[in-house]
Amino acid sequence: MTRPARTVLPPDTLDATDRAILNALQDAFSLTPRPFDDAGAALGITGADLIARLARLRDIGAITRFGPFFDAAAMGGAFCLCAMAVPPDRFDAVMTQVNAHPEVAHNYERTHALNMWFVLATATPDGIDRTARAIEHETGLRVMLFPKLEEYFIGFRVQA
Amino acid sequence: MTLDAAPLDPTDRRIVQATQAGLPLVPEPYAKIAATLGLSEAQVIARLAAMQQRGVIRRIAVAPNHYALGMTANGMSVWDVADDRISDLGARIGALPFVTHCYWRPRALPQWSYNLFAMLHGESRAEVEAKRAEVSAILGDACRDHDILYSTRILKKTGLRLRDD
Repeated sequence: MTRPARTVLPPDTLDATDRAILNALQDAFSLTPRPFDDAGAALGITGADLIARLARLRDIGAITRFGPFFDAAAMGGAFCLCAMAVPPDRFDAVMTQVNAHPEVAHNYERTHALNMWFVLATATPDGIDRTARAIEHETGLRVMLFPKLEEYFIGFRVQA
Repeated sequence: MTLDAAPLDPTDRRIVQATQAGLPLVPEPYAKIAATLGLSEAQVIARLAAMQQRGVIRRIAVAPNHYALGMTANGMSVWDVADDRISDLGARIGALPFVTHCYWRPRALPQWSYNLFAMLHGESRAEVEAKRAEVSAILGDACRDHDILYSTRILKKTGLRLRDD
């Protein structure tokens, strides 16, 4: 996945059907031989129209992808949100040290004493602790771990 | 959440690798994946269904680009919620249309007392703050304290990728 472009689409880029597609296709997609026909029928359009609209939404950057969302933990791996309080004068150097780990999937600077928040994604649960300890060793700073205990997901809705 | 799930077998792994960048946008996407991998369409569908059943696939869906859709402000709101009410209240917060991610996470006392994390999106910080007030109203007296952390910079962003090994 490439980094999404930080550009806002003009407000009239999406029509009502595009918005209905964005809302409907966040939950489920059928595992049938012609799934776009099935999903299109529920939206009152043909499968071919749905495919063309999804391709356009992807090409203009309204969606970043369409497909399966995988759970790292269920594949035997692990995800963990981590935070560090990085002294401002060391921020960029620490960022370079942290980002050098391929296990760091996302990293954000945030407005708080805990000013660096990143997600570790590792092939095994042990990898989370190992990577966090390595970062602590390299930076001399504490890495706080915030593993998820429970997830509450519904998704995002655009105004239709 | 399955914590002791078996790792993927080699065929599942190939299917994950073939689909992690997205499903082909063709009328018969599973047949196309099957042809690429030398499997039958029925095998691909059955394995995808089984992975969905086991929780390896959470859903097959679009990933909206919030920023492109005008949701240029986002904040990680964090809440200190009474433990005995967090499951019920977390589900209600997760169901709000402007919340994209909502998790119960452990506190890290004494530095961090918040246990409910909800990512709020809006077209401006003012809109995000209004949504934060809505969340606060729902949590009511079950919430002792809260804060919001706005992102000021994306330092790194890569998708989840299975290594090709």
